[in-house]
Amino acid sequence: MTMKVSLTFPPSKVTFPLMTVLVRKYELEVNILHADVHLNKTGKLIVDLSGEKNKLDEALQFIEQQGINYHVFNGTLTWEEDKCVHCGACTSVCPSGALTISAPEYSLAFDNEKCLVCGLCIKACPVRVLHLDQREIEG
Amino acid sequence: MPVKTIDEINQKISEGKAIVVTAEEMAEIVQENGPKKSARMVDVVTTGTFSPMCSSGAFINFGHSAPPIRMTRVWLNDVMAYAGIAAVDAYIGATELSESRGMAYGGAHVIQDFIDGKDIQLYAESYGTDCYPRKSITTTINKNNVNQAYMFNPRNCYQNYPAGTNSTDKTIYTYMGTLLPRFGNVTYCTSGQLSPLLNDPQYRTIGIGTRVFLGGAQGYIAFEGTQHDPGQERMPNGTPVNLAGTLALIGDMKKMSSQYIRAAVYEKYGTTLFVGVGIPIPILDEDMAEKTGITDKDIYTTIVDKSGQTTFSQRVSYQELRSGSVTIQGRKVPTAPLSSMKKAREIAQELKQQIQAGEFLLTNPVEYLPNHQKRLNKLDIRGD
Repeated sequence: MTMKVSLTFPPSKVTFPLMTVLVRKYELEVNILHADVHLNKTGKLIVDLSGEKNKLDEALQFIEQQGINYHVFNGTLTWEEDKCVHCGACTSVCPSGALTISAPEYSLAFDNEKCLVCGLCIKACPVRVLHLDQREIEG
Repeated sequence: MPVKTIDEINQKISEGKAIVVTAEEMAEIVQENGPKKSARMVDVVTTGTFSPMCSSGAFINFGHSAPPIRMTRVWLNDVMAYAGIAAVDAYIGATELSESRGMAYGGAHVIQDFIDGKDIQLYAESYGTDCYPRKSITTTINKNNVNQAYMFNPRNCYQNYPAGTNSTDKTIYTYMGTLLPRFGNVTYCTSGQLSPLLNDPQYRTIGIGTRVFLGGAQGYIAFEGTQHDPGQERMPNGTPVNLAGTLALIGDMKKMSSQYIRAAVYEKYGTTLFVGVGIPIPILDEDMAEKTGITDKDIYTTIVDKSGQTTFSQRVSYQELRSGSVTIQGRKVPTAPLSSMKKAREIAQELKQQIQAGEFLLTNPVEYLPNHQKRLNKLDIRGD
């Protein structure tokens, strides 16, 4: 199975080679979708983790033991298109290009396939037409 | 140089013969035919904008109860309205926040709910007087049971606006949206080539008394807007590269539509109101044809650091901003709009159709807007 996970590293853990451990010890396939990691600062990674269910569960336990916070997204982003004013504010924070607004129409377009379900757009939307339909497992 | 007067254009509108185009259509016409010929071809150019405009609100007269109350403090859906005027008059401002719901609901939402015809809870208090003995009142109001309800926006339609970015290591939440750390993005807010005051940059036809499309109703320019500052640096085509002109607008809120007025929340900043405005520009002569022929490549703004931590400043054209990215310090940075171009176009089209149908006539300004060099005053701090 595959799960989309957001990882928040405290500054002290930014140098920890977590991805290597996940691959070697838990035999997971890792696909980094978004990374914002800098030395001595809180870091954020959004990754797709694929592998056997029990290995994934063990890996999440391990991540938690390292003091790294995780969120598992198993929901989807919904867009109330009929209420949208197509201002484009959400596109300013979308890390994956799932939300775009471009010439010539300047209509907002949402590509579900590209969405990381990171949720940044939800609060950036001034008319509150983006929602997360999710059951989130927090670590 | 004069080609036609506003009265002559109105005559054509009444006869259904006026040639009306949007500012984007005009840009193509001018490019193809030049300003001189275009001035003879086109009578009216319509503009439009749909942007968050904080300096917006509405006066409402609630009518008198029996016994009457001289309201001193007023809440609408738990949002405080200013009541320091006559007995049952109040002003609800777009950015006032709910006492119970905070930033999730504000004056802007009260305005949108009112326009949508919803019932709004009114609670008012008073100290009671001999002529107004009642000391409190709880009731509901809506657009059918109040007397006047008119939007009066002290500052709308900023002629231009600086684009925002963030130099710091942390995400900042501003009225220019969410700005990502280390120059992670740039936001900008204008309808550019479709924007009212960028198509009449020296306020030759847009003045006090001008009839405008305001939130779906016909409104008027009441005065220069607050912070009107025509003395900003300008390009040779007359457009400013920074804030510059503003308009104070007034219009009947009962006739507005939430298609063109929408409440908004900017994360960790507060509430504001998307206001849809369209202004018709009469093509009096070659100069007005040339001015309305501009496109985003001719209009510039300044990218500034909204964190206030640096004096970073970079001039950029709206064509570059609209391309989706700009280069800052050698790095490609994504750009995003905050003003809806799609809605601005809808407004310019709607106004065009109303003029073509003879439902919307043009006006001579009663008075021109200040167009001389002046600078804004600063607020000195004289206390602790």
